[in-house]
Amino acid sequence: MSDVRVIARLDIKSENVIKGIHLEGLRVVGKPGELAHKYYSEGVDELLFMDVVASLYERNSILPIVQDAARDIFVPMTVGGGIRTLDDIKAVLRSGADKVAINTAATNRPEFLTEAAETFGSQCIVLSVEAIKRGQGHWEVMTDNGREKTGRNVIEWISEAESRGIGEVLITSVDTEGTENGFDIDLIQSVARATTVPVIACGGAGTADHIAEVIEATKVSALACASILHYNKCDLATIKRRLRDLGCAVRP
Amino acid sequence: MICVVDYGRGNLFSIGRALDVLGLDYFVSHDPDAVAASSRVILPGVGAFGDAMAKIRELDMLDPLHEIARRGDQIVGICLGAQMLATRSLEFGDHAGLDLIPGEVRRLPDPVDPSGTRIPNIGWRCVEACNGYDMLGQLGHEPYFYFVHSFGVQCADPIDVLGSIIVNGEEIPAIIGCDNIYGFQFHPEKSGAVGLSLLAKTFGI
Repeated sequence: MSDVRVIARLDIKSENVIKGIHLEGLRVVGKPGELAHKYYSEGVDELLFMDVVASLYERNSILPIVQDAARDIFVPMTVGGGIRTLDDIKAVLRSGADKVAINTAATNRPEFLTEAAETFGSQCIVLSVEAIKRGQGHWEVMTDNGREKTGRNVIEWISEAESRGIGEVLITSVDTEGTENGFDIDLIQSVARATTVPVIACGGAGTADHIAEVIEATKVSALACASILHYNKCDLATIKRRLRDLGCAVRP
Repeated sequence: MICVVDYGRGNLFSIGRALDVLGLDYFVSHDPDAVAASSRVILPGVGAFGDAMAKIRELDMLDPLHEIARRGDQIVGICLGAQMLATRSLEFGDHAGLDLIPGEVRRLPDPVDPSGTRIPNIGWRCVEACNGYDMLGQLGHEPYFYFVHSFGVQCADPIDVLGSIIVNGEEIPAIIGCDNIYGFQFHPEKSGAVGLSLLAKTFGI
């Protein structure tokens, strides 16, 4: 078994961390700084900050939050939501983040991925994909928290994005997101097979068993966890112990 | 006083914060004279090798870095900065490096089965000490560090490898060192308490 990262995903709306179900019906779960520090002290491997309203209002309010967290949190940070230009990426990286997650801007203009990877290096460009199941083995790429259709097929889109130089894929199942009923294993498996870059599975973790299931079935490189952590369903130590028991190399 | 070389391609914010927390005095500079006058230098780096070396040349930073090495003063390269210490890199072409630690930068081996490590190698890996490097044993934690890279240094002399990880069956240097020149392929400034502790010990506190 390979190495697995456990990422805490913080969806940010103005000054709060929020959580929805199927990326909708948002509920406030805490303050970004407090949760980020809590998860850092509990051994989280990476933090993912998603500005969930940035695409909607075409504004970025997340930078001060990231900068504040990066002052005394020394694990990698990825920032997504409303990343539209090379200048946006530069500003995020200057705030102490290591990677950016891009969704809407890439589906609007795929060349943006090429430009971003050539300018900043593949290692800091994460393709963020929100997927909704449309049939057996068929998922559509969505944007704006699963509200807007793109008409793109998830698997084809990820192949194209890989050829444009992305370094990682964050795949979020809108169908399972926030449900705490387990991952869409078919989706994660299909994505893992469609690309050679590391895959971060997101959407549906409610128990350590769900995490063990998706890792065993798909061998993905990382998991993004939100509800399971925010609602104290299971703590990071328990998740990591479970992964170690599976034979994964996990940071203590 | 530590000098962090600013050539426009590093995550200066996080490195600066790490040094702040450790109570290490530092300044950030793109002035070759200021760099040349320093006895302890951090060479950060994120991005592509050829582009980064071009920036170093543009800023007339080659001579100062060689001068520091000749005097026996300390240079610590981080991630791409560690790769730049090598002789050359085969990333998108063939580019000359600083040649302070003889070696070649090559692409990491691809996985041979589904449970192998995907490239880029992104995540926390446990580093094994080599050639009597004793810092890792003094950190008080398992030496897991955060890596994010697609290329790695192959040292010409195996004695220069001070720490390594295994990527898809191949031993990849994680820490390289020669005299007072050190390179960390991982990001100590993003590796939690262990990374901060390694930085502190490297700078003698």
